[in-house]
Amino acid sequence: MEKKEQVELIKERSGTDVRKCMKCGKCSGRCPAYADMDIKPHQFVTYIEKGEIDKLLSSKSLYTCLSCFACVERCPRGVAPANVIEAVRQEVIRQQGGNKVPAETVPQMIDETIPQQLLVSMFRKLNK
Amino acid sequence: MQEINNAKKPLIVAFCCNWCSYAGADLAGSSRLSYPAEVKIIRVPCSCRVNPMFVLKAFQRGADGVILCGCHPGDCHYTTGNYYTRRRMSLLFSMLDYLGIERERTRVEWVSAAEGAKFSAVMNDFASKVASLGENKRLEDLRCKE
Amino acid sequence: MQKIGVFVCWCGSNIAATVDVKKVADVLRLEPGVVISENYQYMCSENGQALIRNAIKEHGLTGVVVCSCSPRMHEATFRKTCESAGLNPYMVEIANIREQCSWIHKDIEEATEKAIVLGRSAIAKLKLNAPLTAGESAVIKRALVIGGGIAGIQSALDIAEAGYEVDIVETSPTIGGNMAKLDKTFPTLDCAACILTPKMVDCAQNEKIDIMTFSEIESVKGFVGNFKVQIRRKARFVDEKKCTGCGVCMQKCPSKKGLNDFNMGLNKRPAIYIPFAQAIPNVAIIDPEQCLKLKNGKCGLCAMNCQVNAIDYTQKDEIIEREYGAIVVATGYKPISLENFNEFGYSSYPDVVTSLELERLMNAAGPTDGHLVRPSDHKEPKVITFIQCVGSRDTSGCGKPYCSKICCMYTAKHAMLIREKYPNTEVHVFYIDVRTPGKNYDEFFRRAVEQYGVDYIKGMVGKVYEENGKLMVQGSDLINNEQVVIPSDLVVLAAAIEPNPSVRNIATMVTASIDTNNFLTEAHAKLRPVESPTAGIFLSGVCQGPKDIPETVSQASACAAKVVGLLSKDKLKCNACVSHSDEMLCTGCSVCANVCPYGAITYVDKEFRIGGGKTETRRVASVNEAVCQGCGACTVACPSGAMDLKGFSNKQIMAEVDAICKR
Repeated sequence: MEKKEQVELIKERSGTDVRKCMKCGKCSGRCPAYADMDIKPHQFVTYIEKGEIDKLLSSKSLYTCLSCFACVERCPRGVAPANVIEAVRQEVIRQQGGNKVPAETVPQMIDETIPQQLLVSMFRKLNK
Repeated sequence: MQEINNAKKPLIVAFCCNWCSYAGADLAGSSRLSYPAEVKIIRVPCSCRVNPMFVLKAFQRGADGVILCGCHPGDCHYTTGNYYTRRRMSLLFSMLDYLGIERERTRVEWVSAAEGAKFSAVMNDFASKVASLGENKRLEDLRCKE
Repeated sequence: MQKIGVFVCWCGSNIAATVDVKKVADVLRLEPGVVISENYQYMCSENGQALIRNAIKEHGLTGVVVCSCSPRMHEATFRKTCESAGLNPYMVEIANIREQCSWIHKDIEEATEKAIVLGRSAIAKLKLNAPLTAGESAVIKRALVIGGGIAGIQSALDIAEAGYEVDIVETSPTIGGNMAKLDKTFPTLDCAACILTPKMVDCAQNEKIDIMTFSEIESVKGFVGNFKVQIRRKARFVDEKKCTGCGVCMQKCPSKKGLNDFNMGLNKRPAIYIPFAQAIPNVAIIDPEQCLKLKNGKCGLCAMNCQVNAIDYTQKDEIIEREYGAIVVATGYKPISLENFNEFGYSSYPDVVTSLELERLMNAAGPTDGHLVRPSDHKEPKVITFIQCVGSRDTSGCGKPYCSKICCMYTAKHAMLIREKYPNTEVHVFYIDVRTPGKNYDEFFRRAVEQYGVDYIKGMVGKVYEENGKLMVQGSDLINNEQVVIPSDLVVLAAAIEPNPSVRNIATMVTASIDTNNFLTEAHAKLRPVESPTAGIFLSGVCQGPKDIPETVSQASACAAKVVGLLSKDKLKCNACVSHSDEMLCTGCSVCANVCPYGAITYVDKEFRIGGGKTETRRVASVNEAVCQGCGACTVACPSGAMDLKGFSNKQIMAEVDAICKR
């Protein structure tokens, strides 16, 4: 897939118009996970706007974003940075293709430290 | 192309509002931007002055196309006139379409006093579209012919 | 029998090069009704005009067609020519054979043919022209200014200066508006009161100006030059004529719980009060919600102590009616409510204040006598953080989509004044953009940074929370790409401004148009910025769009010039091409009044003879010719075809269509 196409797909999936951003940084000003992000919420918006996604696809922020939507709630221009991050995350996951947990590997993974939520979501996924 | 040239030239009636489009037509003139001589302009104070009857009358008398030009939405000299035009004409044009007057023969365009180039481009485009449709025989009343 | 004269202009070679003018004149001479058809090099020249004048006299012409340049160019010229020869000026039609013919066509035959058609079309229209006389209406030489802020004051003073009487109607108990609350003004830092209060005094002392405070507009009727306005003078329970403003009542009043509006509610005031020391009129007012006498009849201390017997507990609202020739709307602004902005904690923490509240906290006449302290504990703040664009440029629906324009400059002013007076205070400003167009404005802002060391941080604040008695301001620093948290003692929000909410009601009463943000619309954004599209209504100050004081004053004076221009006329000449209703066809359905953008159509009950000596009364439309601008919207909307437009009648336009379509 061409990079340009990929950017358009991300824009479409995010459902937000990144051109509306006026670069105020309120999203990053509010973000509770800011310290753990290598690329900050406002940068996701500007990188997508410029059509540069290479850094985003390998960003650690994709997995540190809490999806708390504080940035979406606070944005004065109706841009939704969290939706952009989510769209990039989706793109990465889709690229991985058969990103599945084989049923036989599950028993080895289960130990006491595994979060309850992960178990529940795994049940859901593997039941389909 | 040959055929069209040999055929009767189309006749186009253009209603232009005094404040924007008529001034735009004047600007097209003073900028020497040509458009076909078949286009004849009638000055009205506002595009909303154009009674649907005028449009029907033009087709009855043998016009091949009718175009209305007004100020851009929001710029109307009389504040809201062009909004009325927009609604009225969309109703009228769909009725005309039903009567067999093709959509391409009728048009509403917004041309400001500064858009001489746009006026000329619109008229050229409209005239060629109407010419490609040929003569309008649908609504023409032969009793009106001399 | 009509006698029409046709005059074809060469316009030098402008027309004559591509149009065979002689042929045009010859062909048009054969048209029925045409008695003379001439061509001449320059019709608009003195000789050309003389040719027309002589022909009118010699042939007794009833109408004139000039085939020349655009009517937008010389229609007025030729109308005057004909008028001077005794012909009604509306019996002239222009065929535009230059801009819309000779200049755009190269083929002589084609252009000549088109010129003939255009000439015929003009003749066809002219045959249906009727002599028109522009109506006249008298002008009442008095102006009304709605709003007594700096905009209203300046407009009123300028109108009075020109010799016309003017009334100021203000809803609050004193004139002065928002400017009276300010401490210093940018970019010169002179004190607002020092420059405003002399103007307020001028208003009070000017014989031509009548100030009606604590009053509201009840209704507006009429049209340009002739408005009838009802004004509600609300009961203030104090006789304005008797009260001397000595202030004894304020000291004696036992009920001191009311919030002081003038100080943005930062302190309390008695139930009887004078808004501030320099109030105009300097007259007390009783707040009926707080007054013990008015609430339960037990007190009356103010009346007992008043030396001049000015207190009148029985006063009632009074409605007076006055007539005006022009109305100036100067209703001003207010800061928006911040209830949608929980992230900044305005309602939770007393030490988060708006900029207008800070003005009062810094004002020598304010609740703290100019000593800047925190509202919560009255301690001097050591770290102050400003947040700009609170609710401005906000398209999310919480705030306003526009830039409030004044905040960048007043924030720089506040930061500068604080650093000047309390040099040990740390000042931070969160900004998105610093917008400082204007004379000496950017220099002013740079001085705040370079000379006073104000810390400007590019970025927006995400949240304000309390921790260990400090207000923690968490925001972005986009230049350093980091998130910063500034422990502050005082947080100042530059709240967006919005038009005074009363403006909607007033706009409806005067039929002035208003935009989606409740700002009044001007007649033309560039060329008629101080007039409303409705004739006789003028716009002064922020009611038209965000403005700072210098801009407001310039606009107020411009507005006054327009008002004076109107009032200086004895009679107003109306547009002659107006709508009129055929009463025999009119059914009184109201459709025309609904589409009219000017409110020019009213309905009257008229008696009509229906034969057999009987009459019937019917409701019919009546067009006010002084208000109608001649757009023709009503003519098309009218279901019975009763409405028609003079000068552009249905028959005239159809005749043009006919002439053009004849092949």
